[in-house]
Amino acid sequence: MKKTIFIAAVIVLGGLLCGMFEAIHPFGVPVSVDMDEYILTRAPVDRSAPNVVTSMVFDYRGFDTLGEAAVLFTALTSIASLFRDGGKKE
Amino acid sequence: MKPLSVIVTTVSDVFAWFMIVFGVYVILNGHSTPGGGFQGGAIVATFLSFMLVAHGGKRFLAWVNGGMYGLLEFVGLMAFFLFGCLGFPNSFFHNSIAVAQGARPLSEWLPYCGTISLMNAAVGFEVVGALSLVVLYMYSSIRMVDTGAGMGGERGHDRFDR
Amino acid sequence: MTASIAEKMDWLGNASYVVVALLVIMALYTIITQKNLLKICVALAVLGSSVNLFLVLLGYRDGGSIPIYHMKGAGDLMVLPTPQCLTLTAIVIALATTALMLSLIILIHKHYGTLDIDEIRRLRG
Repeated sequence: MKKTIFIAAVIVLGGLLCGMFEAIHPFGVPVSVDMDEYILTRAPVDRSAPNVVTSMVFDYRGFDTLGEAAVLFTALTSIASLFRDGGKKE
Repeated sequence: MKPLSVIVTTVSDVFAWFMIVFGVYVILNGHSTPGGGFQGGAIVATFLSFMLVAHGGKRFLAWVNGGMYGLLEFVGLMAFFLFGCLGFPNSFFHNSIAVAQGARPLSEWLPYCGTISLMNAAVGFEVVGALSLVVLYMYSSIRMVDTGAGMGGERGHDRFDR
Repeated sequence: MTASIAEKMDWLGNASYVVVALLVIMALYTIITQKNLLKICVALAVLGSSVNLFLVLLGYRDGGSIPIYHMKGAGDLMVLPTPQCLTLTAIVIALATTALMLSLIILIHKHYGTLDIDEIRRLRG
């Protein structure tokens, strides 16, 4: 009984998802590309960087990468504090 | 779990060192090819997993120095922050080296890209330290569950322990 | 030119997004129905991967090559770099959260001796 309700809910949610995918732009034709075009044209000229994705990760959006490194460090700190008793059983 | 076969352990022991070389290659070429610090760091961090499979738990824990990986993490994070500070007259994370050099043709053999390569190396250090420490902490926790609780099972790859 | 390709492939429609929808549905079904914490963790990882796939699919342009000037093909068009950059960030964060989830699962197994969520709820109220 419970499983039937779950399956019905998942099917309804899947129908909503497929309806949403009908509503967005067609595949392969993104709508607003101005910022990407700007970076694609300016990155090799200003920064002499052939890899636009790396140039964006480390240069144009460096704050994101700093936050990413901070998240990784936070996860490591959490794991170290979870296991900080060095493996002794409580 | 039955003990792993000799083929698996031998191949892991040999293949781990090639993973280090391949990861360093991915990190160092991150500014001109697909890849970079995060991906190459994750590849290098598989070294400890291979060592764990190849040599078993006791030798692994006796051999690995966790403080070295912590130092690697610290150095990587601080170096990343300092390379961000390099562009401070203009803004944080401003690529001042590449801008000072001016536009260079893209057909050169080795593009320099300013601080991007340096940041790749710093992030590579950081990710290597973080993921290796995650593997180390999680394995040491699992191991004490098995031996301390006296459950007896899951002795798998401790066959080569002496 | 790109519009003509899109019109020609109109019978296919947004079939690439349906893959994302299938992955999301499978992950949600697993999260709802399964009792094992490890299976729920794997389903969460699949859910995150489907979201990453959706982000990358949003940035595709017809006939575009990779955004690396050394390695691109003959055409001038490139796919959008911003979704790839965001996906790179999201992958690393998903990896950190997955490691944290697995550590919590290890501690739960040490504390309760089981991974069944009904057992866990029954044991400690």
